[in-house]
Amino acid sequence: MGNNLIEKYYRTERLPHIWCPGCGNGIVLRAIVKAIDNLGLNKDDICVVSGIGCSSRATGYLDFNTVHTTHGRALAFATGIKLANPNLHVIVITGDGDCAAIGGNHLIHAARRNIDITTVVFNNNIYGMTGGQYSPTTPTGDKGTTAPYGNIDPNFDLCELAKSAGATYVSRSTVYGANMITKQVEEGIKNKGFSFIEALTICPTYYGRKNKKGDAPEMINQLKEMTINVDAYYKLPQEKREGRIVIGELYRVQREEYIEKYNRLINSF
Amino acid sequence: MKALKSEKLNVEEELCKGCGICVTFCPKNVLKIEDGKVAIVDIDSCIQCGLCELRCPDYAIYLGGK
Ligand SMILES: Cc1ncc(C[n+]2csc(CCOP(=O)(O)OP(=O)(O)O)c2C)c(N)n1
Ligand code: SF4
Ligand code: SF4
Ligand code: SF4
Repeated sequence: MGNNLIEKYYRTERLPHIWCPGCGNGIVLRAIVKAIDNLGLNKDDICVVSGIGCSSRATGYLDFNTVHTTHGRALAFATGIKLANPNLHVIVITGDGDCAAIGGNHLIHAARRNIDITTVVFNNNIYGMTGGQYSPTTPTGDKGTTAPYGNIDPNFDLCELAKSAGATYVSRSTVYGANMITKQVEEGIKNKGFSFIEALTICPTYYGRKNKKGDAPEMINQLKEMTINVDAYYKLPQEKREGRIVIGELYRVQREEYIEKYNRLINSF
Repeated sequence: MKALKSEKLNVEEELCKGCGICVTFCPKNVLKIEDGKVAIVDIDSCIQCGLCELRCPDYAIYLGGK
């Protein structure tokens, strides 16, 4: 393998990865690694933590400190790792099911604490690993193996959720514009606090097939059509905003970080 | 204007899964799927934009390198 970026940061002996042809996970993962490279961080100063799911298999391919944990609990493990070794840059890789269904509680509390962790959710709108059950981000009306007539649940806006729960950096991007993912991960790592990046990606195998979305290139084009940059969005008249998914930096605020608060308490004795 | 052809376009066939993403998003129709794998069919048209590398989920196509 002569690809410098991949050679430097991946466990290349594990490639090709297990992801299906056209799965977007590999695109998001490269974008994350590119962000780390752009920031010039030392590999040993990084710890990447994932839960369970196709997306969470990512940690197995990365040559950093990595931990592949249990379903929904990546943020709980990451919180412990960050408290034990605050000098590490802790990055969580999670899926929409991992992060918002079984792990939804950990997400809101990590955000509430504003602990310095960068979370990247690979949102493919489905449980990929277990064969296509609907997730909290499956759009209303779309199908999954557990919603053969269409999902009646309203789907979560994960960025709104993270923002409301207390995240201090929130952004969204897609695998169509993978450079935007990179930029956002850089900003997320630089933000001292809880950063939440929603990377919209594709599962052609289950979500795509179940919902007749076409092949991987078509699904990536659909992401382009469905999304609009935040600046352009707010210039649109109200009636034209309906149904568009907003991408870009959505929220940023300054608030004391959890470990700083914790240390302040300890040092007061 | 054509970019300087300083970086070679490389393909690692054993990594390619033939998804066609690079073919669709290449602005210059340099690439094609042949026998289930990517093939470079018109290297002279390549402008080295790197969009194939950016979106290849399998790291099978890239500019430069060793
Ligand atoms: C405690 C527990 N419950 C259920 C499962 C089964 N399971 C494995 S992955 C998964 C969902 C994965 O979906 P998502 O997080 O969206 O990731 P994707 O596979 O789509 O990347 C489930 C329910 C499990 N491994 N552990
Ligand atoms: S099942 Fe879906 S999410 Fe899982 S590897 Fe295949 S395409 Fe990717
Ligand atoms: S670098 Fe650009 S022009 Fe050249 S093959 Fe890749 S996508 Fe096409
Ligand atoms: S995007 Fe990558 S895996 Fe897909 S056809 Fe092109 S080189 Fe092969």
